[in-house]
Amino acid sequence: MRLEYFQLIDRIVDLDIGARTIKVEATVPTSSTIFEGHFPGFPIMPGVLLVESMAQTSGWLLVALNRFERMPFFASIKDAKFRQFVKPGERIDVTARVVHEGSGYAMTQASITVGGKPRCSAQLTLALVAFPNAELRSHMEELARRIEFPQHVLVQG
Amino acid sequence: MSTFDQVANIIAETCDIPRDTITPESHAIDDLGIDSLDFLDIAFAIDKAFGIKLPLEKWTQEVNDGKATTEQYFVLSNLCARIDELVAAKGA
Repeated sequence: MRLEYFQLIDRIVDLDIGARTIKVEATVPTSSTIFEGHFPGFPIMPGVLLVESMAQTSGWLLVALNRFERMPFFASIKDAKFRQFVKPGERIDVTARVVHEGSGYAMTQASITVGGKPRCSAQLTLALVAFPNAELRSHMEELARRIEFPQHVLVQG
Repeated sequence: MSTFDQVANIIAETCDIPRDTITPESHAIDDLGIDSLDFLDIAFAIDKAFGIKLPLEKWTQEVNDGKATTEQYFVLSNLCARIDELVAAKGA
């Protein structure tokens, strides 16, 4: 997890095009200026960053389903629940599945667990649009390599 | 229940709009004040209820290109006619 670059997932563990599911993992850094403020003496991962990690996870699933031809942008969230704190140094497992693919948007159900125990969940909507420019697409392709995006899914039927 | 009643109920519930203010002549955007993001929730509910996929991207493109007006797709009587067409096409 590179908080300073807003890269909240480390590695794609599983991506199943047929089932429309994804599982990723990320390790929360042990130190960050974020934890100096959130909170002094009691550092915990901010809920908004947990939401962002679920959005990024959902996004990679949608990138795969759309064969890198659409860029997902976070549009809305429902039923976000934060059950337990996520602390510095913990490894989070983030899963997402598509619950609906609409025209130009998709909805996912995502959740975060630590050691198999639920920490948070939400339903997310992401708008799917053409990549606004080549620079962003190139950045996403580079990021895909970094997080071990399984390229073979792009050629699957 | 008619297509209109189903759609009106979805809009009322999704956007917290009084059901009795929603008529077949209502324009979802201009009269009911539904924005594009709220409309995604409505589209989701309509897709689920009718087992279809509203072609929002195509409609938006046609409006942007001047090939269609928003009235053709977002006045509710017209929207319901489009839904009926999509349902009929699904069963064909």
